[in-house]
Amino acid sequence: MSPAAVSPRRFAPGDRVTVAHTHPPGHRRIPYYIRGKSGLVERYCGAFPNPEELAYGFDGLPARHLYRVRFQQTDIWPAYTGPAHDTLDLEVYEHWLRPAEEDAS
Amino acid sequence: MNDKAVHQHAEGHAHAILRWSDDSAHDIDETARYPLMTEAIRQILVEKGLISADAVRRLIEQMDARSDVTGGTIVARAWVDAAFKERLLANAKEAIAELGISEVDAAHLIVVENTETVHNVVVCTLCSCYPRMVLGMPPEWYKSKAYRSRVVREPRAVLKEFGTELADTVTVRVHDSNADMRYLVLPMRPLGTEGWSEDALAHLVTRDCMVGVTVPRVPAKAHAVE
Repeated sequence: MSPAAVSPRRFAPGDRVTVAHTHPPGHRRIPYYIRGKSGLVERYCGAFPNPEELAYGFDGLPARHLYRVRFQQTDIWPAYTGPAHDTLDLEVYEHWLRPAEEDAS
Repeated sequence: MNDKAVHQHAEGHAHAILRWSDDSAHDIDETARYPLMTEAIRQILVEKGLISADAVRRLIEQMDARSDVTGGTIVARAWVDAAFKERLLANAKEAIAELGISEVDAAHLIVVENTETVHNVVVCTLCSCYPRMVLGMPPEWYKSKAYRSRVVREPRAVLKEFGTELADTVTVRVHDSNADMRYLVLPMRPLGTEGWSEDALAHLVTRDCMVGVTVPRVPAKAHAVE
């Protein structure tokens, strides 16, 4: 079902990652609120045609690796009022992920 | 009454969809440029004999026929069959195929389990991704900007507005379904349902329970009968 991606996976469950903090124009499949935030890879979802190219009529190939990343709500929203253990899970394509910086909290 | 009129009035003009930065048409506007283009293409294809009007109608009928009854069936089976539940959480597609449900979309279904310590709730902030193959068409509020923008930022306040208050000891886990996965919440089986038939259990499980904005409850009347 999932077309094979040409590149090996860069991340594995448990890895700490940071979402790229960039704002390129066009159709981007990553919400603004999560850019620049760090979390842990929860699972690998498979490889899928890149929706950012499908949106413009290209075939989206090579397929991109997709991960679910778990973020602490208090890391996303500085003013979050709920308990520190509340989380948000989000799917992120590999090209939006970087290894988390050492000083990332 | 008229969503489109309200939308146009609020936006101040009738072609908000043409602005690349404005995706408000995801919310309510079904009669803008692209829907009209789609309808024009449909008519041309029918006139040329490439597709039939009945085939289009039949597909729409099939899509509209999908409902949360399917999701309720899956949840009830998981409640009465622990081994099925484990398979469902590990690989939803293979597990629900056992029930004769084999929608293509189910390839990317992820089932998330509510427990005494975790409550799951689903949203799509980028558009309105929804597990239609097991829940049917999404409700209007699921597609609204208010729900989409608030439930990721203040989920407990939104859940409270749905009548769902959770203790601070429970972890609220929001799932922003923005790419290729679709999510179904497996609620906790309510107390007082011991010995219930699978069919009776399935009727307790509503759409909102499986999106995660509420939890299944035993009606007071059923309590009395028990």
